[in-house]
Amino acid sequence: MRSPLPLPTAVAVVAALLTLSACGSGSRDGAAAEDTLRIAGPFEVHSLEPAADGEVFTRLQVSETLVTSDIEGELAPGLATEWSSSADGTEWSFELVEDATFHDGSALTPDAVVEAVERAAAVEASPLAEVPIEQIEADGSSVTFRLSRPDLTLPAVLTHYSTAVLAPAAYDADGHVTEVIGTGPYEVTELELPASISTTASPEWRGEQPAVAKVSFQAVGRPESRALMAVSDQADVVFGLEPAGREQVEGADGVRMESSLQPRTILMKVNADHPILGDERVRRALSLALDRESMADAVLREEELAATQLLPPSLTAWHPDLEPLTQDQDTARDLLREAGWSEGSGGVLERDGKPLALTLITYPDRPELPALATAIQAALAQVGVRLEVEVTNSSEIPAGQADGTLELALIAKHFALVSDPLVDIAAVFAPEGNDWGVMNWHDDRVTRAIDALLAGGSESAAAKNRETIVRTAHEELPLIPVAWYRMNAAVSDRVEGFVMDPLETTWRLTDLQWAS
Amino acid sequence: MTPRGAAYAGVLARRAAQGVGVAGLVSVLCFLIVHRLPGDAAYRIAAGRYGYDLVDEEAAASVRAELGLDRPAWQQLGDWVLDLVQLDLGRSLVTSRPVAEEVGYYLVGTLQLAAVALVLAFVLGAGMGVAAARRPGGLVDRLATGWVASVRAVPPFLLGLMLVVVFSAQLGLLPAVGHGDAASLVLPALTLGPGLSGLVARITRDAVVEVRASEYVQFAHTKGLAERWVVLRHVVRNAAVVLVPYLGVQAVILIEGVVVVESLFAWQGLGHALVHAVFWRDVPVLQATALVLALLIVVVNTAVDVLVLWLDPRPRRLEATR
Repeated sequence: MRSPLPLPTAVAVVAALLTLSACGSGSRDGAAAEDTLRIAGPFEVHSLEPAADGEVFTRLQVSETLVTSDIEGELAPGLATEWSSSADGTEWSFELVEDATFHDGSALTPDAVVEAVERAAAVEASPLAEVPIEQIEADGSSVTFRLSRPDLTLPAVLTHYSTAVLAPAAYDADGHVTEVIGTGPYEVTELELPASISTTASPEWRGEQPAVAKVSFQAVGRPESRALMAVSDQADVVFGLEPAGREQVEGADGVRMESSLQPRTILMKVNADHPILGDERVRRALSLALDRESMADAVLREEELAATQLLPPSLTAWHPDLEPLTQDQDTARDLLREAGWSEGSGGVLERDGKPLALTLITYPDRPELPALATAIQAALAQVGVRLEVEVTNSSEIPAGQADGTLELALIAKHFALVSDPLVDIAAVFAPEGNDWGVMNWHDDRVTRAIDALLAGGSESAAAKNRETIVRTAHEELPLIPVAWYRMNAAVSDRVEGFVMDPLETTWRLTDLQWAS
Repeated sequence: MTPRGAAYAGVLARRAAQGVGVAGLVSVLCFLIVHRLPGDAAYRIAAGRYGYDLVDEEAAASVRAELGLDRPAWQQLGDWVLDLVQLDLGRSLVTSRPVAEEVGYYLVGTLQLAAVALVLAFVLGAGMGVAAARRPGGLVDRLATGWVASVRAVPPFLLGLMLVVVFSAQLGLLPAVGHGDAASLVLPALTLGPGLSGLVARITRDAVVEVRASEYVQFAHTKGLAERWVVLRHVVRNAAVVLVPYLGVQAVILIEGVVVVESLFAWQGLGHALVHAVFWRDVPVLQATALVLALLIVVVNTAVDVLVLWLDPRPRRLEATR
């Protein structure tokens, strides 16, 4: 009988080949060199289009927008050094920075800017699509936007990553981005979608060369894995740690936590035309029933994240001095009694023989939402409200808004997608309603204040208008705030100068230094 | 054609027909199931592309119009089948990249991980099984039984974390996560391999004990063949006839079941692609991934059949009665 090739040998050969191919296909240098800043975060990059996953490239300072924002959220020059509008606010001119060059060596021209910005405006999801643009044209060394009606938020909208300017050579014939060729201080050297990007300081950069010359970014989905990377010196900056990971980092040597409040609020969106929720007293009762501090402590592990009003204190201009939202179940019960609800069977209040029963929709994309929803359910049960929680697809919320069936939805709303929260506030409080804002609620004072803010005016008048909006929403509660968000990063002691930008416009890598 | 050649051809033809059938069934089922999921697909796709903060009804409507999602379901399915016949898997609804490119990338990742884990399982398990079978009931056998029970009891997620804590966080020998280099393959493979090795050891042990007790092995001993040759030529080969189909089943389970390990180690594989595709309603990617997985199962089964035929060339029932 012929002796067969021993099976283990055959299998081992196959395995060795596969392992070698694994080495061959690798594009990441395993242990990062001394001079490479290693960043890890949950953000996967599935597309190179600026409107899709462009934020990673603006954060890594590979691509730039015409306007950017400073750490305070104020507008700052990007690819445009200055900008101005015509007296009627329908024509905006952006003067481009001199000697800016794309990473492929080609010069930044007004035509290239027009091409990139027009592409962004054509994507419905970009905030630029909301701006009433009639025409964008190159004009000498500047770019001019002609609008069909005045819009003072245009410079703020141009801070959004979807408007990042890429070189004409970055696009293929169909207009898809094949390579991220930007103008920023760093250029892409290696890219393996969806998880790893390496960059190096670009010789084409018009400014001072950054102290950190090489950067590698790795997307890591599991928060446990990210925390382990932070404490075992496998990454220098690790974004998005969960409470257990934060504690791990706080107990470790050589690494520290940095954080800032994000302009995002977890809130209950209310159908203000609903037979039960249309009554302002009921909405206030629901708000008074919530023990926000315990909920924030239990779910977000930080009591201070309990929302006392709609917007967090980090958005200073939008955080007036208001009576904080607190828990007061007795007043909640009184308000419900005033609204005609009385003791019913099984601890649920009743009116005209019908129970005080509501449905709250939420979605699992953010894991804290279902947990908070059940905490809200328990809190409302204590004042006699039966709440059914439905954890479903986030698209059910706009669908329920469209057909009017939505009662309550627990959502996490970002209020500064562009550097000026006014853009999001105007959308959230639109009189006709908004998918991620009010439903069947409007107030003339709020509408007038938003219109006045959009039309410009003095700072004192603007401050008054902002307060009118927030105060009215605070009193009438078309959106019931629950908690704020904090973003965090574990930063290695190898690195100095790290600052957490609440708007995450960039990760400010050019400000970093290696610790001496 | 020799009877053996005919047997090989028969296996391949039967499996090829099975492959076509499975492919058709899987892709149609996949399409129908995704269409039955609650929620608006256009909205989910737009959220996958742009992040849900930026998506409203208008953005969803624009995606719906771009992708023709408002066409009747049968038309969408028909288009996909027509493209498939021309070997075109289409483009991802979310990333707009060619599906073949995307799925191919993830498939390589999964195959690398599964193959290395399987080899580990085989080397560990078969080695231990053969050693245990030398003296059934002896110390090695009892130790092996203990190993089988303990590795089966630890969930891969926990084992993976423990390995990261020891080898990466404490000893600093290996990267905690990563994809693309050999070093980052070690921990995920070590997480999967030992778990499987337990059952491999069990199956090997039983098969070897049975073969050892057979008359032909006793005859081999009697005719004076050295122990090494008895084991290699008679015991291992005959035990392999039982072990190979079992390893085939394990390979299939591995390919499908590495989702948790892939996500723990940020290893880019098909499990990762599947989860995203389901979450984002990326139907072409989902169909292609399911198709690849189904065909992979057929391929593995074919390989097992061929290997068993090679290991055990005795005439099959049909030929024997001829």
